[in-house]
Amino acid sequence: MSVTTVEAPPVEARELPPLNQPKRRPTRFVLPAYSILMMVYLASPIFVMIAYSFNDVPLERQQAKFFGLTTAWWRNLFDFPNLTSSIEHTFSIAIPTAIIATIIGTLLGLALGRYRFRGQGGIMFVIFLAIAVPEIVMGSSLLTLFIEVQTPSLGFATLLLAHVTFCIAFVAVTVRARVQGMDRSLEDAAQDLFASPVVAFFKVTLPLILPGIVAGGLLAFVLSLDDFVISNFVYGNYETFPIWVWGTTKIGIPPQVNVMGTILFVTGIVLAVLSVLAQRRRT
Amino acid sequence: MAGTMQDVTSAPPAVEGRTSTRKRLVPYGLAAPAVIWLGLLFIVPMGFLAATSLKSGGVFSGGFRFSWEWANYGESISENSTYFIRSIEYSAIVTVVGLLLAYPLAYWIAFHGGRWKGSLLFLVLLPFFVSFIIRTVQWRFILGDNGPVLGTLKGFGLLPDTFHVLATPLAVIAGMTYNFLPFTTFPLYVALERIDHRLVEAAQDLYASRAKAFWKVVFPLSIPGVFAAVLLTFVPATGDYVDAELLGSSNTKLIGNIIQTKFLVSLDYPGAAALSIVLMIGMLVLASIYARVLGTEDVAGSVAA
Repeated sequence: MSVTTVEAPPVEARELPPLNQPKRRPTRFVLPAYSILMMVYLASPIFVMIAYSFNDVPLERQQAKFFGLTTAWWRNLFDFPNLTSSIEHTFSIAIPTAIIATIIGTLLGLALGRYRFRGQGGIMFVIFLAIAVPEIVMGSSLLTLFIEVQTPSLGFATLLLAHVTFCIAFVAVTVRARVQGMDRSLEDAAQDLFASPVVAFFKVTLPLILPGIVAGGLLAFVLSLDDFVISNFVYGNYETFPIWVWGTTKIGIPPQVNVMGTILFVTGIVLAVLSVLAQRRRT
Repeated sequence: MAGTMQDVTSAPPAVEGRTSTRKRLVPYGLAAPAVIWLGLLFIVPMGFLAATSLKSGGVFSGGFRFSWEWANYGESISENSTYFIRSIEYSAIVTVVGLLLAYPLAYWIAFHGGRWKGSLLFLVLLPFFVSFIIRTVQWRFILGDNGPVLGTLKGFGLLPDTFHVLATPLAVIAGMTYNFLPFTTFPLYVALERIDHRLVEAAQDLYASRAKAFWKVVFPLSIPGVFAAVLLTFVPATGDYVDAELLGSSNTKLIGNIIQTKFLVSLDYPGAAALSIVLMIGMLVLASIYARVLGTEDVAGSVAA
């Protein structure tokens, strides 16, 4: 580090200065300050969520006013059996959703990123539609489908089907981007060295695109955890966390919701950071 | 050594005929599971939705029958024109405000983020780690009549005690803008990130002012990102009803609220389906204009990367 800084100046001195070197403008702090402000704005509900998980509200119902600090809600986290079971439901949907969507989406991402074939444009358009379509339209169309085929009951199965459906497209585009950024010559090199296409795929291609697959899988997991609009159409009585919270917004939100939200948030951050670190070590 | 060299070079043509057909089928095999899944659970349901929108009858009067009931469209559009117009109006405001807020942010990360780009982007996406419903509920607390913002201002006597933001269009639009802001920022960032910095330097070398270099070089090159941001903000916003429900009042109902109520409460499936199809068609029109102008490759690319 110090070596490069010592060696750098003479080289730079020869290349500089460009014709109009940016002056030290007094406005140079405006953009960074604005951006930091925006990030605080984007994170503000998270701060409030965490702070209000300690809000000493009367009657176990959240209010806008901050009454003072208490750890009661953290200690009595499981006071609402339905809240606890909704968290269980959320994970029992999100985990299989992430697995199934990752497998199906990765295969599609590979097809789209590595090959040129007839129908590719059409598939890209469908993927785009699946991402951009208002959730309410996708949710209502799935409910219509389940009514039309006379699904015996809405619940776990219909939720899982719905969640995988909206996750596939996101996994596919994530993997496709990674596949396209990959150096194809490495795979060719493996085959030149007499690796069969299958061996070349598992030894060379797969490790290279793994970060894309992991990112896609995490995205699917988070999308599934978070989904409300589509789930609200097809959940039957298999309430997930967002749906349970939605139900309580009419009668008063228990502060435990903020505690659960905080725990989920921290878990998500830890997972994301771990995956980034794992990817960094690999590359 | 020479022998192996020859083997390598002469081998491909011999196998070509056999493997090439197989090779040509590989992408189809890879794409098949997704195509079947999306076909059955995305395309087919849209068909059912369209069919339902043309049914007549009622849940309590012997069920629905398919009868080319085009009147459903006329009725539900005219009955709900207020909500359609309001949805489009709010979504348009949300899109424009979102673009104005997000562009400088995306620009700063793309051009000045340096090695912190990844981390900064992560901060922009941070809200996604908290459920959409919970985020919106927090805004209800933040904007609440005696919450951290209004409560404090009222405490200092800066606002009259009766002042409120909740249950006004302002609250709904603010909530929507907040919730869609990452969707506005991301495509802008992707487009700005792709711009070669040397183009800007070249413009400045040619004595363009900083402002001129931006408007003549950077901005035109970021137009695809602006389009994508508009699409990814405006379209989902037209279907939103969570913000209107949690932050608004009966005077801020959007078309999403109507669809949701018709589907889940009043069980008017044909009417609800007709409204959904109208939203879907609006979206298709916008998407195809976009695809025509910039190509599907760019559309999905901007969504992805």
